[in-house]
Amino acid sequence: MTDLLVVSDAGLHCPAGGFWIDPWRSVPRAVITHAHADHARSGSDRYLCAAPGKLVMRSRLGGTVPIDTLRYGESTTVNGVKVSLHPAGHVLGSAQVRVEHAGQVWVVSGDYKTAPDPTCAPFEPVRCDVFITESTFGLPIYRWPAPDTIAAEINAWWRANQAEGKTSVLLAYALGKAQRLAAMVDPSIGPIHGHGAVMKLVRAYRDSGVRLPPIDAVPARAKRVGQGRALVIAPPSVAGSGWLRVFGEVAVAQASGWMTVRGIRRRRGFGKGFVVSDHADFPGLVAAVEATGARRVLVTHGSSEAFARFLRGRGLEADVLATRFTGEQPDRDETGDETGDETGDETGADPP
Amino acid sequence: MKRFTELYWKLDATTLTSEKETLLADYFRSVPAEDGAVAVDLLSGRRQSRAVSTALLRSWAAEAAGIPDWLVEECYAHVGDLAETLALLLPEPVAGPETAAATEWGGLADCLRGTVDSVRAEADEGRKRAMVEAAWRGLDASERIVWHKFLTGGLRVGVSRTLVARALAVVAGVEPAEILERLVAVRLETAEDYRELLNPTATTTSRRPYPFFLAAPLDEPPAMLGDVAGWQVEWKWDGVRAQLVRRGGETALWTRGEELVGPQFPEVVAAAESFPDGTVLDGELLVVRAGRQLGFNMLSKRLHRKIPARRDITELPVAFLVYDLLEAGGVDLRAEPLGQRRRQLETLAALRGWPVFEPPMAGDPLPSPARDSEPFSLSPVLAPSDWAAVASARATARDRGVEGVMLKRLDGAYGVGRTRGEWWKWKIEPLEIDAVLIGAVAGHGRRAGLHTDYTFGVWHDGRLVKIANAYSGLTDKELTDVDRIIRATTLEKKGPWRGVTATLVMELAFERVAESTRHASGVAVRFPRIVRWRKDKSPAEAGSLADLRALVASVEPLPPLPPTPRSIPRPGERQTMLWEEGE
Repeated sequence: MTDLLVVSDAGLHCPAGGFWIDPWRSVPRAVITHAHADHARSGSDRYLCAAPGKLVMRSRLGGTVPIDTLRYGESTTVNGVKVSLHPAGHVLGSAQVRVEHAGQVWVVSGDYKTAPDPTCAPFEPVRCDVFITESTFGLPIYRWPAPDTIAAEINAWWRANQAEGKTSVLLAYALGKAQRLAAMVDPSIGPIHGHGAVMKLVRAYRDSGVRLPPIDAVPARAKRVGQGRALVIAPPSVAGSGWLRVFGEVAVAQASGWMTVRGIRRRRGFGKGFVVSDHADFPGLVAAVEATGARRVLVTHGSSEAFARFLRGRGLEADVLATRFTGEQPDRDETGDETGDETGDETGADPP
Repeated sequence: MKRFTELYWKLDATTLTSEKETLLADYFRSVPAEDGAVAVDLLSGRRQSRAVSTALLRSWAAEAAGIPDWLVEECYAHVGDLAETLALLLPEPVAGPETAAATEWGGLADCLRGTVDSVRAEADEGRKRAMVEAAWRGLDASERIVWHKFLTGGLRVGVSRTLVARALAVVAGVEPAEILERLVAVRLETAEDYRELLNPTATTTSRRPYPFFLAAPLDEPPAMLGDVAGWQVEWKWDGVRAQLVRRGGETALWTRGEELVGPQFPEVVAAAESFPDGTVLDGELLVVRAGRQLGFNMLSKRLHRKIPARRDITELPVAFLVYDLLEAGGVDLRAEPLGQRRRQLETLAALRGWPVFEPPMAGDPLPSPARDSEPFSLSPVLAPSDWAAVASARATARDRGVEGVMLKRLDGAYGVGRTRGEWWKWKIEPLEIDAVLIGAVAGHGRRAGLHTDYTFGVWHDGRLVKIANAYSGLTDKELTDVDRIIRATTLEKKGPWRGVTATLVMELAFERVAESTRHASGVAVRFPRIVRWRKDKSPAEAGSLADLRALVASVEPLPPLPPTPRSIPRPGERQTMLWEEGE
């Protein structure tokens, strides 16, 4: 039986349906799992994404390119291939893509997490024959603490900084993580400010009906903002930049799954790190794979070789699938989100 | 134990030396003396013996975590620290009376002298394992890391001995150098030892070195320095700068970093036994065998062996090349002009029978008879007629295994720190080649998870052959950029190693190239480091093996071992040698 999905020059391709999933080149028809830049690239003729993510997608793709949507669980038929989208729990509007044709069911996970997130629909396992999974944190050292525990830690850190007269600066991806953190913390502690890149998506989230606490933009030419009291949520690229000057003395921490590892934490040099990720941890990945009932698993970006080998050890048919998705990377600002820095592109192989 | 773990993580969280000093001082001030003694021992890097082999720990942890052994190794390669890897892999701790008992270790001394020692002493593997597992159940990840480091003897916190001494000095109210000396003299075992260490009364006889006077790199033509006759010209040795201080019947050997290295070089200390009190020599430590100096890496072997084996001393005998006399008969000579000090030093060398060590050119006959038995030699002065002669001497530096020449103003005093205009170092230019990055492994510590340890190749017969591994020279930003490119251009993986498509060209610098049978390329480069990332060059434009071979210094066989092992006089065993005051 031929594979329903294959990797072509332009990306993950469904020859039978004539569409691509998260293509890295311009294609006639793109199905997008979520709006991070290594998955949602502009230039294609027509897009399909999950309905809750439409506004976010529009804010990333811009312009007037047609974006079709499906509700979670709703299906459509493309050239005789049945396509439906299911919650991936990664960020607002993130979806797994279920593709069914000639008795075969394939599911593409995109990026996903199994931990709860107040800003998006929770991950739903979908039964399939072949599961294409990410493996950003596909090593067993990655096990996330409960979100409540982390929220309490962040709140305590914020309060302690206030007691020392320092403004708290929390570095996080502008799309998804920033909004999730805002929804996690206790807004009664003090004011919350967002970087411009964060605010753009805060608006898209609010317009999509997600409830977030009050978050204020940082006015241009402001001299002093939130000094000694506020929590500032900003992309990692602001670390060490002049943008932080208006906040006075600051305490900086990064929120990322990579903060699990001491060496990586130290390298980033922020002193403080909170383990918060929008990707599944190792137990989450294993549970997700099991819940699909798939006999065959194809592993994309992350610790793909190790995770595939681990799955083979558990009796599954598992292989690495080479893609250009990057997921969250320890020394990267974001999957191409802010400041026009297209960091999510692994094709950046040529020296800059 | 709890307090020490807290200290460990607080030290980990800051990069500021001043903050670390405060944390250490607060800790030393507040802990019971018996814990203080153990903590100083641990923090100042004394070797601990391991209580469990890491192989056993790995396999127990793999089983506890329910994962195969290879995955533990995969995680270790990613994390770059075994203690941390295992701590992250183990199941969550469980609360309960059993675990509470296992972790009630009280103080640090109880933990190390009690729990860790009993694990070490336990011969039965099953019982050993049960003890370790009981502790695991009661500890969280951050505590487990410290516990693993206790078990494996690999505790490093990023504080130097000097920093520990500074913190202790604050607590005791004495000079840091005083503490450093006491740390050498006092074996820290009991609470009493710790109290003695912190005794606010300074010892009467200090064996502190003088601040080292340093040379600045020469960045102008030497003719700008005026008449060559006003300068003392010496070789710039490729060793470790050191001061030997003999006072109060004891000898202290200090490196420029104010580390006490006497225990590493017992042959030097023993030979200084016959020196009178009040003698301070400035010079260089080098490995010299059969009249030839061996490379710096041989010296670092000795430097890292806290107590050398007899074999080390036979195979890698260390010489102290004296180039300055800072104190004689208890009189500080530093204010005297260099010319004066040199005359006094030469008189002393003649009286002691110290040979002058001339660095031989490759191919020169070995001096005969070999003088390995006398660790002290006089570092010679060159007598150039003009600056051109200095330049031609410098041009032979590479063949002599030295780094260049030193220019010291003859009428100058021995100053403090780096005073421009008094002492210059005129080093030879390093050799360079453009090489292609062909593979990498992830680094450790701050470089965990980043591919920063590179393998480089040059062209030979249309393919790239490996010539060097190098990992220093790039900025943090460049390291992350290169990591991204390595990930994107990976062709093959062998364990943690990634072979990549040739896209990156780096300019490498190194001190020497030698023929080598141990390397597939047939050459070995010395001290390779990255000078710059040649973004302007494509791999095709990189250097070739023929280019590198053209730089090979003439073939230099290792000098033979002396026929019989030298006898090392034990400290305290006086040699009968005549000593007379110079001048």
